[in-house]
Amino acid sequence: MDILSLTALQLGKAIKEREASAADAVRAVLDRVKEVEPEVNSYVTLDEEGAFQQAEEVQRLIEAGEFTGPLAGVPVAVKDNICIEGQLTTCGSRILSNFKPVYTAEAVLNLKKAGAVVIGKTNMDEFAMGSTTETSYYGSTKNPHNLNHVPGGSSGGSCAAVAARECYYALGSDTGGSIRQPSSFCGVVGLKPTYGTVSRYGLVAYGSSLDQIGPVAKDVPDCAAILEIISSHDTKDSTSVKRKNYHFTEALTEDVKGLKIGIPRDYMGKGLDKEVEEAVRKAAKVLEENGAIVEEFDLSLVQYAIPAYYVIASAEASSNLERFDGVKYGYRTADYRDLHNMYKKTRSEGFGAEVKRRIMLGSFVLSSGYYDAYYLKALRTKALIKQAFDRAFEKYDVILGPTAPSTAPELGKSLTDPMKMYLGDIYTVAVNLAGLPAMSVPVGKDSRGLPIGIQLIGNSFQEKTLLRAAYMYECATEKWHETSANIGKEAQENGKTI
Amino acid sequence: MAKQYETVIGLEVHVELATKTKIFCGCSTEFGGAPNTHTCPVCTGMPGSLPVLNKQVVEYAMAIGLASNCKITQVCKFDRKNYFYPDNPQNYQISQLYLPIARDGYLEIESGGLKKKVRIHEMHMEEDAGKLVHDEWDDTSLVDYNRSGVPLVEIVSEPDMRSAEEVISYLEKLRMMIQYLGASDCKLQEGSMRADVNLSVREAGSETLGTRTEMKNLNSFKAIARAIEGERERQIELLEEGKPVIQETRRWDDNKEHSYAMRSKEDAQDYRYFPEPDLVPIVISDEWIAEIKSRQPELRSEKLERYKAEFDIPQYDAEIITESKRMADIFEAATAVCKKPKKVANWLMVETLRLLKEHNMEPEDIRFSPENLGKLVELTEAGTINSSVAKEVFEKIFTDNINPEKYVEENGLKTVNDEGAMKAAIEKAIADNPKSVEDYLGGKEKAIGFLVGQVMKAMKGKANPGMVNQMLKEALQEH
Repeated sequence: MDILSLTALQLGKAIKEREASAADAVRAVLDRVKEVEPEVNSYVTLDEEGAFQQAEEVQRLIEAGEFTGPLAGVPVAVKDNICIEGQLTTCGSRILSNFKPVYTAEAVLNLKKAGAVVIGKTNMDEFAMGSTTETSYYGSTKNPHNLNHVPGGSSGGSCAAVAARECYYALGSDTGGSIRQPSSFCGVVGLKPTYGTVSRYGLVAYGSSLDQIGPVAKDVPDCAAILEIISSHDTKDSTSVKRKNYHFTEALTEDVKGLKIGIPRDYMGKGLDKEVEEAVRKAAKVLEENGAIVEEFDLSLVQYAIPAYYVIASAEASSNLERFDGVKYGYRTADYRDLHNMYKKTRSEGFGAEVKRRIMLGSFVLSSGYYDAYYLKALRTKALIKQAFDRAFEKYDVILGPTAPSTAPELGKSLTDPMKMYLGDIYTVAVNLAGLPAMSVPVGKDSRGLPIGIQLIGNSFQEKTLLRAAYMYECATEKWHETSANIGKEAQENGKTI
Repeated sequence: MAKQYETVIGLEVHVELATKTKIFCGCSTEFGGAPNTHTCPVCTGMPGSLPVLNKQVVEYAMAIGLASNCKITQVCKFDRKNYFYPDNPQNYQISQLYLPIARDGYLEIESGGLKKKVRIHEMHMEEDAGKLVHDEWDDTSLVDYNRSGVPLVEIVSEPDMRSAEEVISYLEKLRMMIQYLGASDCKLQEGSMRADVNLSVREAGSETLGTRTEMKNLNSFKAIARAIEGERERQIELLEEGKPVIQETRRWDDNKEHSYAMRSKEDAQDYRYFPEPDLVPIVISDEWIAEIKSRQPELRSEKLERYKAEFDIPQYDAEIITESKRMADIFEAATAVCKKPKKVANWLMVETLRLLKEHNMEPEDIRFSPENLGKLVELTEAGTINSSVAKEVFEKIFTDNINPEKYVEENGLKTVNDEGAMKAAIEKAIADNPKSVEDYLGGKEKAIGFLVGQVMKAMKGKANPGMVNQMLKEALQEH
């Protein structure tokens, strides 16, 4: 048995049936990390000792019959903007380079209750601001499918780690596409839940009204199982929603008969890579052949999503990031004259260029005299975009389109032109503005061998509909391990070089 | 002829609410405590922590809003006010700007015998900041977040007041009302009630407002009155000299009776207010408002009327006692013990007020239990102790909350009714003071006072003065 090639659910089952142990899985994953990490750089922090301790404890509780869940004993990686007590939580920033939280995020507590073994914290764009994982203070993460390309971002570390089999699944966070876009670039399954489904308590905020934690998985069943574990109604998060049903795995049936799928014409036109467009149409065809009804329609307002998103997210970020000031925790400049100078130097040295850009943008749009023209207008746009989706969901169960306009760009090609980078978020940001659930599912590779993902968007609280469509697609086509990254030892064995 | 000026004053009053826990987390609001012991990730602004609104804060704010005749904003929201300062752990304060909880109310005040309405512009909820402690020796500053997240309401009046007297009257009315609601203890000195004074002057008869200043650091009603007088004079002086009044924030130094400019309007920060995304809007139903209204405790005017009717005490007494909720509570509890409302009222109006003044305390600082006052009244009424002993015992109740029965017993303070000892003392007083005896018998009735004093002294103050008087008169007649 090649333990690394198992999905999270397969491993969970193997552990339960004593074919493998939690410690075996940790060992395998850590060996893999040692092998490929120098090239991929998925992790900021690895907790080797802690991982074995957790594995031992979890194994004992599995054998004692206390942990009976499907993912007990399975190693997981957590994005570095999600707090774990006593563990470095950097958000990919210098300003939190020494920060160890005094508490654990609710989503991670939910994982631990299900017997998860956390092996480390994954790399990310600084404070989740970026689409390439190149804005991290801890170096870029590389795309395991081609190390000259970015993994996407901001959850690039989580997605690359899953794709490179450095963990069995991971948690990411999605404010404007930060789970879906890197999932698409790395050939893994990523889901952004309906706003309020997963507690934000312990997620270091970027854009509070848009942020959601979500799963990054090898395949659709894993994705559903993880979502089932991390979702909860949390009284510590005022925006947390009490849902009627958290049994997302119930949706895993091979049946999409009569499912109405709409493809927005606005998503398929100018600016979309030809190979990606073909892949999306091919995927739609697969669903149609299995009984779904597929139509094209006009979603409208698509061109306003990016400006509205960058105004709202930056405004909230400018305020959310004020607490990083060198007073209470985190990095503080070595020399300073007075309080004001300490603030200025700490923040100048502690934050990277992209974060500063968004803090300035956000501060500007909230300034007196500009608030109505930018921030209020963006809020109105957000409301209109939600209405456009509401209209679409009167006709369709699922909206299908590309996750990103292209496959993963080469390293170093994106940051020089921020506007172009922002435009890459065109298909994902509207989902966050409307608070909707959406997921990215791998549908193949382009001619250069880079993965392509489709995005499935559902109405609020309709994750199950998305999972049903994605599962049908997956069953009807190739599974994750067949599109997985080919790096490390097996690449050499296959005679390929990176 | 010198110009006549009118003073125009509006107030911003901050009140710390009496909730047990903070506005957005479960930490204690208790005053004092070792630095940073009443804290958690939320009130120290740790990354990833989130605020959760304390419902009691909303209910207190609604109660104050309703009692001050405001309209309750039935969909109200919190906003963030952004500014960098170390006492503010997130570097933004969660407050309300766009949709404050209450608006458009008024309080009726009385000043110089005239009744007047002071309009309330709005009232909002917000969190308090921590406290900075500056170590001059070390040249460092330390910060204590115990107060960070303590709930506040800010009550903003219209510029409807014209004198220090009206301002004090408004503040007293507001304070009394909030105390009666149980929403705050409103202690100016401890900072649980803070008032900032916005003041401008204009020529009498003018319709336009002059340029105003805002005065901070006012820790007592007296300081407020002095600051108003000082600022009025300062502004008039400027205008008389043809100089402009600058719109600025000034800090009052009550020791020097002088104010200093803190910051001008030009330096005013842009707080970049925007809706707090971590909190959902508060929806206040008609039912919730009705429930708060029905739970509204008896306010002062109602209590005053009830005291006159139920306890048969004079208007004057009822006014003084109901001036503070604490006094009224003590009055009722003590009366329940001894059933002598007028006697209890006397103790509160005379001795209690005297001791409060002497100790520089507010009624809210009173620590003794009303039962002990009730028992003291019983002891005096039964003649177990005389009035001078009672005063002495009351002082001990006031300072140490002693049990009067036990205290009188242990210290042998009971009135001595031993006729033999008293007779001997009377005979000695008559024999030693022939002049007074002569005066008394000669028609100077007042002279008996001296002789009573001599007997009391001989009895070490423990005799019943009425009895001494009676027996002395009999002895003198026989003389």
